[in-house]
Amino acid sequence: MGSKISISKLDFFYGTNQALFDVNLEIPEREVMAFIGPSGCGKSTFLRTLNRMNDTIPIAKVSGNVLIDGKDIYAPKTDVVALRRKVGMVFQKSNPFPKSIYENVAYGIRINRMHANKSDLDERVEKALKDSALWGEVKDRLNTSAFGLSGGQQQRLCIARALAVQPEVILMDEPASALDPIATQKIEELVVELKKDYTIAIVTHNMQQAARVSDKTAFFMLGKLIEVNPTQVMFTNPEDKLTEDYITGRFG
Amino acid sequence: MERIIDSQLDVLRDKLLLLGGTTEKAVHNSMKSLVERDNDLAHKVIKDDKIINKMELEIDQLSIEILALQQPAAYDLRFVISVAKITPVLERIADHAANIAEAAIVLNNEPEVRNYVDFPKMAEIAGEMLQSALDAFTSEDADLSREIIKRDREIDKIYNKVFGELIEMMIDNPETTTGAAHLLFVAKHLERIGDYVKDICELNVYLTEAAFIKHKKLKKVKSKK
Repeated sequence: MGSKISISKLDFFYGTNQALFDVNLEIPEREVMAFIGPSGCGKSTFLRTLNRMNDTIPIAKVSGNVLIDGKDIYAPKTDVVALRRKVGMVFQKSNPFPKSIYENVAYGIRINRMHANKSDLDERVEKALKDSALWGEVKDRLNTSAFGLSGGQQQRLCIARALAVQPEVILMDEPASALDPIATQKIEELVVELKKDYTIAIVTHNMQQAARVSDKTAFFMLGKLIEVNPTQVMFTNPEDKLTEDYITGRFG
Repeated sequence: MERIIDSQLDVLRDKLLLLGGTTEKAVHNSMKSLVERDNDLAHKVIKDDKIINKMELEIDQLSIEILALQQPAAYDLRFVISVAKITPVLERIADHAANIAEAAIVLNNEPEVRNYVDFPKMAEIAGEMLQSALDAFTSEDADLSREIIKRDREIDKIYNKVFGELIEMMIDNPETTTGAAHLLFVAKHLERIGDYVKDICELNVYLTEAAFIKHKKLKKVKSKK
């Protein structure tokens, strides 16, 4: 597979504090790449550079290149709203809108005027809920509040909301860390299923989760990308001593 | 701070080395019982094989527990896998030692059919290989492991020589057939022990370099370094 995202010489600063140092990385299309590393290593910051979520932080400064499909997303003329539609994001804590299940998914479709008419909107909502493996559980209660769903269901609703606007890349920041093992398993199965159609980048503190769902794993430490390799290599024979020490729990 | 897994891996290592040492002794004693015509020692080797079987089960159990509860990765994972794969190999070597002891009991009741000159040599090489293989495991020495693998040829060479001689002996003196047939088995057991030591060495290389050298011609297997 070719690269969906190419990152080169990426530096990132919070004010005078440098959080990422010269990151160079290729994220292949329709694969899952996991980002692991100790707290504060920059993996979430890095993830957020991929759809310019860090733009919302006034003191943030970025240099280097992030190309998606060959286009520099930090170029001055970039439509950031379109970028975030193309590069969707799911967060650690599910954050449904205080609306019905249906409206949560329909919202992005509506504001982007992606639907032709009401029945088209219905179809898009249904497809997004099916793709996020939630449809069977909510089809009879679409007009009830999203807050009535369990934590795992809310998280899958957030994934449905991201899918509804037809992204190409999905960024996930600890999407299962607040969920029980069964809900976690569903999210993981969903990640594996979704990579048929999407490029997925996932930040996780759960090493076994990275091992289970990802094709490649990238290890960050102190703002530097230490190693990226196929996941089976990372977990059986990592190249770098620091990676070895981290995944075997010699420090943390 | 020591990791929880460290103390368990230490126990696993100790258990494997104890099994290795006990197996070495079984091989040594089985040959001694044959050469010195010592039935008591042969019976002891056969009896002690049960202890070795028990050790194998303990290591299996601990390996499974570590895999399930500690979910080891990288070197830790390779260590547990290597131990879990070396263990049944040692147990089989011990089985061969017990089989040699059984043959010794039969042979000791027959008139001495042959001067056992080549057998102690074979057993000596096999014993040295086994000892070195366990040393190479402890010191994680892949190069030493590769050297030990090469020594298996020495055993094979003696085996072929012994095999020819015993066949000749049976043809020339048919009354030696029973004894010679048992000695053929002893030779085969020793030859197999050499093969099993090779397996251990291959796993040593896997542990150290994460490389599978099994089923590859040795000359193609180059060290990473």
